[in-house]
Amino acid sequence: MTDPISRLTGKRPRHGSPEQIAGEERLERQTDEGAQELRPTKLKEVVLAGGPWPEMDDPGSTMLINMGPQHPSTHGVLRIMLELDSEVVIQAKPVVGYLHTGMEKTGEELTYVQGSTNVTRMDYASPLANELVFSLAVENLLDLEMPPRVRWMRMMLVELSRMASHLLFQATNGMDLGAVSMIIYGWREREEVLRFLERVTGLRMNHNFIRPGGLAADLHDGWQEDVLNVCDLVEEGVQEYDDLLSANPIWLERTVGVGKITTEQAIALGATGPILRSTGFAWDLRKSQAVDLPYDEVDFDVIYTSNGDVFDRYRIRLYEILESVKIVRQCVARMPPGDYRVQDLKVTPPPRARIDESMEALIHHFKLFTEGFKVPPGETYVAVESPRGEIGCYLVSDGTGKPMRLHIRGPSFYNLQSMAPMMEGSMVADGVAIISSVDPIMGEVDR
Amino acid sequence: MADETPREDGHEDDVEAVPAPPSDEVAAAVLERFPGTVFHESHGQPVVYVDRAVWAELARFLRDEQQFTMCMDITAVDHLLDAGRVDLPGVEYERFEVVGNFLSHPRNRRIRTICQVPVGELSVASVSDTYPGVNFAEREVWDLYGIAFDGHPDLTRILMPDDWVGHPLRKDDPPGRIPVTFKEDNPNR
Repeated sequence: MTDPISRLTGKRPRHGSPEQIAGEERLERQTDEGAQELRPTKLKEVVLAGGPWPEMDDPGSTMLINMGPQHPSTHGVLRIMLELDSEVVIQAKPVVGYLHTGMEKTGEELTYVQGSTNVTRMDYASPLANELVFSLAVENLLDLEMPPRVRWMRMMLVELSRMASHLLFQATNGMDLGAVSMIIYGWREREEVLRFLERVTGLRMNHNFIRPGGLAADLHDGWQEDVLNVCDLVEEGVQEYDDLLSANPIWLERTVGVGKITTEQAIALGATGPILRSTGFAWDLRKSQAVDLPYDEVDFDVIYTSNGDVFDRYRIRLYEILESVKIVRQCVARMPPGDYRVQDLKVTPPPRARIDESMEALIHHFKLFTEGFKVPPGETYVAVESPRGEIGCYLVSDGTGKPMRLHIRGPSFYNLQSMAPMMEGSMVADGVAIISSVDPIMGEVDR
Repeated sequence: MADETPREDGHEDDVEAVPAPPSDEVAAAVLERFPGTVFHESHGQPVVYVDRAVWAELARFLRDEQQFTMCMDITAVDHLLDAGRVDLPGVEYERFEVVGNFLSHPRNRRIRTICQVPVGELSVASVSDTYPGVNFAEREVWDLYGIAFDGHPDLTRILMPDDWVGHPLRKDDPPGRIPVTFKEDNPNR
């Protein structure tokens, strides 16, 4: 334990059965760069932050420094290990897991009816996208076809969720870069969207509204007026942000040319969503592979730019809000009548009024919400475009009422890996802009 | 196996017949390149069950010859106590499965590859040199299932603490419970 890196990480002694320890040792043999260790590139002398300072005339020495997990601009509990040469980042390594709550394990213990309550807490900034992808996966295993109103309502709600998520990004991104009034403005418009979602679903976040088999309830009377009002407010807000930031010289100084990434890098690292689109590659699952949602019937554009820097990712998210507004307006105009859930007695609980008059309906309701419904054996992978990129659900059923395996491919989990090439060679202060522009949601990364 | 059961239609020639070529062109190419691969269409999605030995070679084949530009996801499934497992002829099932989901941007299609991992030898070749983006995903599988990826540059725990013992997503790793304490259980009260 003489080298400074292991003193920094302070590994605790291992405990467990001999086989387990043998397994762990095998792990260590295979590792040359541990999760908690960062191997310096220019190893002449490594100096720990707070440790003895290097001789100033030694140009080769680098410094290892931890950013996070409690740093305010790391959006939750992201930790990044940085190797610095004075102010310049030589390498960056994201360390995750601080918010791991075992949601995939929990998902195996919950019935399919309860499942959407669990997944909605993963990407907590756009919960409806999680519920949607889970519900679509379950419905795919059940071979259920959704009525048109369900598909349109889902599309509208997911777009509203995207607006809320991107408005949150505008707020925090502005604050991270010193435009502190943005946090007030972004929150103001996001709150309007959340207020509408609260009227529809009953909750501001973690709605549990999109469920396998349809939705929890129908839209309230007069929802058209409410949602159009929200659209107007959001459009005004976006115009305001655009006026404030897009031509602001300080903003441009902080963002243009910072954190560049190429299309090849983004594709190789599995980055999706605004990061991939900012490199000049117009890939959006809403256009190319819209699973069971009527995106082909509405008119909207895929926003993409070609510089791959922080400014482009900001612009893409800003204008995507307007595209979502466009989709929501079309949903208001064209929302088909009909049922808000599929009428399949296997998955749909009886209407509330029937429970008061029918014993069978009561039993049916009780069984659905205690045992849940059984899903035939099989496996499926369903992906939709969440505000952060491709969110996928890999679901394996063994024929019982609970999933055998529930895996969510979180876009932030993959997008985080693209942060390292963006940060290398930039200044530490730009690092904050880069973290913010990747827009990671740690609940989804750690699950 | 199914071949030994007498067939009612009486076509004895068909007993050893080659199964119909898969409806998916990529899967057909995979079957031609890697004999022994089994094709399955799962709810409209093409799935190929490949041998564990060709796992990394298959990834290179998909990227270099079939234009599969992105590996969306690598994950694993523990089939311990799985009563309802889909039984395909030609697949020798093991307890663990490693699953890869691939996406081709130019061809706008997906394919899923699955390989079986026996309990005695929990390792698969890493595809992180072909698709660097699976780095985190393979670490996650190692962390939660204990399946090692040979050739991975940095195979360490990612979600669990470094000194954690066990692999929590395995079916024989029970979820923890906090015991319920009743008032009368506490003698000091």
